[in-house]
Amino acid sequence: MSVGKPTPSQRGGAAVPDEKRAAFQILVDRVLRGPGDTTAEQRAEAFENPGADPLLGKVATDPTEIADADFAAARSAGLGDDQVFELVIAAAVGQATRMYDAALAALDEAAG
Amino acid sequence: MRPDVLNHGYRPGTRLLFAVVRLFSGRPLPDAAKLVFYRPDFYGDPAKRFTHRAMRGPSAWSVGDRELMAAVVSRANRNAFCIGAHTATAEQAYADRPRVAAVLADLETAPVEDGLRATLRMLDKLTREGTVDAADMREVLAAGVTREQISDALAVGAAFNVTNRLADAFDFRVLDEEGFAAGAKFLLKRGYQ
Repeated sequence: MSVGKPTPSQRGGAAVPDEKRAAFQILVDRVLRGPGDTTAEQRAEAFENPGADPLLGKVATDPTEIADADFAAARSAGLGDDQVFELVIAAAVGQATRMYDAALAALDEAAG
Repeated sequence: MRPDVLNHGYRPGTRLLFAVVRLFSGRPLPDAAKLVFYRPDFYGDPAKRFTHRAMRGPSAWSVGDRELMAAVVSRANRNAFCIGAHTATAEQAYADRPRVAAVLADLETAPVEDGLRATLRMLDKLTREGTVDAADMREVLAAGVTREQISDALAVGAAFNVTNRLADAFDFRVLDEEGFAAGAKFLLKRGYQ
């Protein structure tokens, strides 16, 4: 998916303006494009393709399996605590965004 | 919490706030509350604004309904901290502990309205399977739930599909029953902002 792509609801397809989705988008935009200790490219990768990294993959799809060893591996790969903090958040927000937008698209289709 | 910077990396004024809360409440601030004070410009401030709007903003759903949705989503994600926190908050919001317990024990037989049941079923499926389709949404609409109510429920789902993941990743400490009850009282008084 493209990062921050507006949903049909945001484009005006919904019966009412979805102010809550708009507030969520502010969070998405801040995490992806605001200042940080990681690059915007690193955060976009964590957001869109978390499975490429063991820790971030678990954040997206198997968070109860995350262990201290996953954080130790991230440190061994050269990441500092603030970088891990940012990438974990990007992975979590990315997965939630895909679910949220899939559900809103299903709602748009069902409601016509 | 992990990484360690989430235990010690706060600004002096924030550390003082944590100490004052501990002094007056007799409890440390829960990790969910501490997290939003760490580099709040990056995550905490926009996350609080969105979550408060989802959980306390205008909606046809009651606060109790939305806290129950948060508990159901958290249970689908098997996140112990958020299950405890939002079960306690829903119980206090409804002033009806058996209602919440019945939903979490068996949604299909719980004594709740058909529209709420259908909405909780959809949120549970979305969280467990990662997606839902138009047929799932038609079932919720057929139960009398409006399009706007479904959008509102999806916002609750999004908030807790982020928070549950961060609670596991950052290893939030699970509170005892009194701790969750105290947190619920705070959330009902002040919300998420």
